[in-house]
Amino acid sequence: MDYFDIFVSILGSTIRLSIPLIFTALAGLFSERAGIFDIGLEGKMLAAAFAAACLAYVSGNAWIGLLGGIGVSILFSLIHGFASITNRGNQIVSGVALNFIAAGLTIVLGQAWFNQGGRTPGLTGDARFAPIILPGVDVMREVPVIGPLYANVISGNNILTYLAFAAVPLSWWILYRTRFGLRLRAVGENPAAVDTAGISVAFLRYRALLVTGVLGGFAGAYLAIAQSAAFINNMSAGKGYIALAALIFAKWKPVPVMFACLLFGFLDAVANFMQGKSLPMIGEVPVQIFQALPYVLTCVLLAGFIGIARPPKAGGVPYVKER
Amino acid sequence: MTKTLLTFIATAMLSSTALAADIKPALVYGTGGKFDKSFNEAAYNGAEMYKKETGTEYRDFEPTSDTQGEQAIRNFASKGFSPVIAVSFAWTSAMEKVAAEYPDTKFVIVDSVVELPNVRSVVYNEAEGSYLVGLLAGMASKTGKVGFVGGMDIPLIRKFGCGYAQGAKSVKADMQVFQNMVGTTGAAWNDPVRAGELTKNQIDQGADVIYAAAGASGLGVLQTAADNKKFSIGVDSNQNHVHPGSVLTSMVKRVDLAVYNAYKDTAADKFTAGIQSNGIKDGGVVYAVDDDNKALITPEMKAAADKATADIIAGTVKVHDYMTDNKCPL
Repeated sequence: MDYFDIFVSILGSTIRLSIPLIFTALAGLFSERAGIFDIGLEGKMLAAAFAAACLAYVSGNAWIGLLGGIGVSILFSLIHGFASITNRGNQIVSGVALNFIAAGLTIVLGQAWFNQGGRTPGLTGDARFAPIILPGVDVMREVPVIGPLYANVISGNNILTYLAFAAVPLSWWILYRTRFGLRLRAVGENPAAVDTAGISVAFLRYRALLVTGVLGGFAGAYLAIAQSAAFINNMSAGKGYIALAALIFAKWKPVPVMFACLLFGFLDAVANFMQGKSLPMIGEVPVQIFQALPYVLTCVLLAGFIGIARPPKAGGVPYVKER
Repeated sequence: MTKTLLTFIATAMLSSTALAADIKPALVYGTGGKFDKSFNEAAYNGAEMYKKETGTEYRDFEPTSDTQGEQAIRNFASKGFSPVIAVSFAWTSAMEKVAAEYPDTKFVIVDSVVELPNVRSVVYNEAEGSYLVGLLAGMASKTGKVGFVGGMDIPLIRKFGCGYAQGAKSVKADMQVFQNMVGTTGAAWNDPVRAGELTKNQIDQGADVIYAAAGASGLGVLQTAADNKKFSIGVDSNQNHVHPGSVLTSMVKRVDLAVYNAYKDTAADKFTAGIQSNGIKDGGVVYAVDDDNKALITPEMKAAADKATADIIAGTVKVHDYMTDNKCPL
């Protein structure tokens, strides 16, 4: 296996590992740009994964599973909104609480319904999003360099992968080219000004959380019914936090979010690949180094070494109309 | 009221001691869950087998976290259950504590050793079983490359990998064996996504038979192998049915027999403590052949596996046990 094949293999792995991060980080982007910190991304992903796996199993249709995942994720978003917008509670506390609820509830319900230690039964056929083979793969495969890249990296992914990459420019367009996006960004920076203009801060923030819910649902569905074929206890395995790190690393901007997620996915793929292999000159590198890198990089960024990460000004502060 | 209740309890206790053969068996699973299609399910099947045969009800508990094991074992012991079987090496320290507190209760631990006079420790020679499936993998491989995906990076799992590699290399000395571990914490048993990526990685490098010894993460290995039209090998209980036609075979640890025998021995008052080691010779580890994989195991493969079995029993083939020296000689 030559170096190019290894490179192609790692790139393919990078794409697969980045998709849940991209969806989740974009979900976080919408809520945080509207001034609602969302530490509950992990819980949304997990709950959505569970709902998607259950519904896909029962209905035998992946799309119904996806809708179920989105529904549950929106529900979690709205609970977060009710606690932190309507009741002006602490956003971090509400988010952490939702994470715990998701982790516990999925296992309890899964155990009660399916009796498989919290797992859901395996999915086959239409209950999963199957890989899509793009046209012309067989012809392209023979072309040097581009051929293997097209066949192994660009083609052969499932529909959600392409939707994730479509969601990035769409998010950019919504945030920077629509009236809703302008107001959403404004409400995260200076809600009082938005309020003065006669726009409801609470309603705007709720709408931002709806978008967060939808994207979180995609992330969960990808985990359970596209990448895997069942829900498994705690299968999000910290991806929500990595996505949060990616969001900060990308300084709350949609296109950099994609690149940050791809970078973190790449590190994960390299970690998987490097296991048990030794590098020339250095020897065997513990995989934990690669697994810790996303967090290390984010810390370095926050310490001010790679530009300045400035969060939305009104983030984390409940809006009170009059003091 | 209290007096009637006490009398009632006393009569109940008397009547239970009167029937010597009537046992109150209990079973504590590992954190993988009862229906993990693997290790724990095998234990469950053993208990069900005993229940069906004798009509004796048993109680079981599924701990969902590492901290619940001790509580569950103690709970059963304090309520008078005996024997209490704990399946998973994770309950070793819990068993050491609780078994010392209840010297009259009989305990069984599977996959680990607890040296107490009232504990039977059932261990398996997974290296021998893995050697057999490694041999089959080596014969089924067209690329001359096979893979192994382990769960948590512990000596027990390295033992699987080492025996497997030895078996695969017995087919062809230059056989390439890729070995990966899902992780270093308990979460590694429940991470099918990472296990699947590791599998894909090995497939990209040319492996066409991948052996999973990773608890529930192993389902990710079997899934990825099936998605990529490669062979996989299941572990602990017969997993051939998970993806028929793709799962080449399974390395089965007869945990069901261990559970069944423990109950039966106790009922017949023949319970023995101490280490009970099960290898190929005792039928404790086997490779599974059933309707789902009959077509995949060619007569040559079967003959080679039978010969290897005979050689291991005769001692002419020595399968290295990683846990004896924490090294794999390959």
